Amino acid sequence: MDLQYFLELFLSGLTRGSIYALIALGYTMVYGIIELINFAHGEIYMIGAFTGLIVAEVLVLMGFGQLSILLLAGLVAMIYAAAYGWTMEKVAYKPLRKAPRLSALISAIGMSIFLQNYVLLAQTPDFLPFPELIPDLKFWEPYSHIISSAEVFIIFTTAVIMIALNLLIKFTRIGKAMRATAQDRTMAMLVGININQVIGFTFIIGSALAAVGGIMIASHVGQINFYIGFIAGIKAFTAAVLGGIGSVPGAVVGALVLGWTEAFATGYISSDYEDVFAFALLVLILIFRPSGILGKSTTQKV
Amino acid sequence: MSETQLKTGYLLSEIKKSLLISVWFMFLTFPIMVIRVNTVENYIRWRWGNMVMIGVGTFFISWVWRWMMSRKEAGRRHAETLGEDAEKLPFIQRIMENQKIRVPGLLVIALFVLGFPHVFSPYQTNIMITALIYVMLGLGLNIVVGVAGLLDLGYVAFYAVGAYSYALLNHNFGVGFWTALPIGAICAMIFGILLGFPVLRLRGDYLAIVTLGFGEIIRLVLQNWGEFSNGPAGIKNIDRPGFFGMQMDLAGNMTYLFYLMVLLVIFTIFIVNRLQNSRLGRAWLALREDEIACQAMGIDKHKTKLTAFALGATWAGFAGVIFAAKTTFVNPSSFTFMESAMILSMVVLGGMGSIPGVIIAAFVLILLPEYLRAFSEYRMLLFGAAMVMMMVFRPGGLIQNVQRRYKYGIEELQSVERNSHD
Repeated sequence: MDLQYFLELFLSGLTRGSIYALIALGYTMVYGIIELINFAHGEIYMIGAFTGLIVAEVLVLMGFGQLSILLLAGLVAMIYAAAYGWTMEKVAYKPLRKAPRLSALISAIGMSIFLQNYVLLAQTPDFLPFPELIPDLKFWEPYSHIISSAEVFIIFTTAVIMIALNLLIKFTRIGKAMRATAQDRTMAMLVGININQVIGFTFIIGSALAAVGGIMIASHVGQINFYIGFIAGIKAFTAAVLGGIGSVPGAVVGALVLGWTEAFATGYISSDYEDVFAFALLVLILIFRPSGILGKSTTQKV
Repeated sequence: MSETQLKTGYLLSEIKKSLLISVWFMFLTFPIMVIRVNTVENYIRWRWGNMVMIGVGTFFISWVWRWMMSRKEAGRRHAETLGEDAEKLPFIQRIMENQKIRVPGLLVIALFVLGFPHVFSPYQTNIMITALIYVMLGLGLNIVVGVAGLLDLGYVAFYAVGAYSYALLNHNFGVGFWTALPIGAICAMIFGILLGFPVLRLRGDYLAIVTLGFGEIIRLVLQNWGEFSNGPAGIKNIDRPGFFGMQMDLAGNMTYLFYLMVLLVIFTIFIVNRLQNSRLGRAWLALREDEIACQAMGIDKHKTKLTAFALGATWAGFAGVIFAAKTTFVNPSSFTFMESAMILSMVVLGGMGSIPGVIIAAFVLILLPEYLRAFSEYRMLLFGAAMVMMMVFRPGGLIQNVQRRYKYGIEELQSVERNSHD
């Protein structure tokens, strides 16, 4: 076996995986807290990417430098994605908190269709070229035949965000409240946790992470349209389920496994069926180990 | 404080709330609605008009939203104080129960249907056939989602199986429509069972995602496996349905297909209606309401779910064969997730489990955008919004399904009371 080819696939899988992880975290955190598959999460990611693109283009025309554009566009995209996520929760999910889970899921699907078509009508149905925001690092040049500096940047940023998120959940007050709410919502309410605040905060964090993922993948791939959220959302959901939905480290592990599966399958088998591999993996995992790699299996209570 | 003061105070606070919401939405939609960058010629168009529109629109929508919310609250409180007896039959249900309206109503509909292809142009007939196909799909999905409560997001896969089985059989072996109709339905059913077996153990939302994945796999395979399905180009020149070898022109064929479709829809309504009140249908309903209690009552969960899947898929298979025969052309892009979402929204908007609801919703969702061309662009946007609003304000759908239930008479109630005192 060609070792360099293997290494290239491994690293490309790692890049994909880290972007999936950013989106998967939003799924898994929301599911952990309100047991809802937030179907519209992929759309938040898409809106993050679009906002980033628009801000970046405006800044390019105003003559900003590459690094400042990246930072500003990223920041604005995160703020907007978070605002969309928060509003979505207030409009479409909060009134349904006591309703059957199927109703909330259908509401989420409706939200997803709505947001897709909103961007389609307000912007464009065509693919838009996304400016290359991630700078080329000079010192990385000797290694760039194996992995480009943009990919290194993506992996590095994801790692930093993961660590920060872990610290947030483990050590801060709001993180503690999140864990308590995920464990038992009623009990958390009894000990004086403001549930609505915690749920809103979860949506804000998850959406902001999705926006980061959106900007990085769009800059890496080079183009976006209104439909990118659908496939990315399904894949990120696959990653979250793969690792055990509701578990934060699980989402990361699942995303990496999915990234590698895709990279190796397209590298060694066929690139036509890239998405089929992801879906097949999802179906197989759900059938044979519905609780995921790191998830705990739960018995349904009456 | 006097009453008028209270009233103006209330009005002012409402205006303030709506203003805040409209400012928030103006902020929220600013980059996407207002700024439009042209990346080729590098200029920006600022569309401030959109911002004004959003501001004014959300101001009033938020008002209506709160009013509907308070009405829903009031309705719930009302129902709580009055208890279950206060449940009224919905308006449409009352009309349909009323013999005086029902018989002439059905006659009018029958006359309309019989005359339709002769009065209107073949183009109109064609649209009507599409609507009828969707009625069939909606009723089929209604078995799975509405009655059995299994959220199937990949329903369009079975539709694709039906369409492709006719297309391929016709293309490769010259099989006719009438032979292909049952074959397509059986193929779809087999796929339904194949999908059903492994996913039986999954809970509601996981099931939804697996079916979605399954639907996408079918579409992607059809798209990429060129030798089998001719890839994205699809299969052309599929035969239209024949009638004992009779020669028909295009318009005649449309008329024929229209009547055929009407018969099939009536057949579907008959079967679905009988099923819903059968032993199996009641088992589905029980399964939807509470899986564990249902198992405790001795209902075979796996068998019941599997039949729901299989029957739902069968109808999609029928509809698929007819679709292929109508358009004489199939390709994978007719079977995307959006199609599944549209069929699902018919079931949801019509009222889960309600047959008249699903039929009306299918007609509305297909015919409205056809006849209001200006509105067709916004179709999916409005679907999405309607799905959310429906779930929030009227989870039962337009025409809520009313379960047949046994009503106690006064004497029986008294005897029950007497027994309980003993």
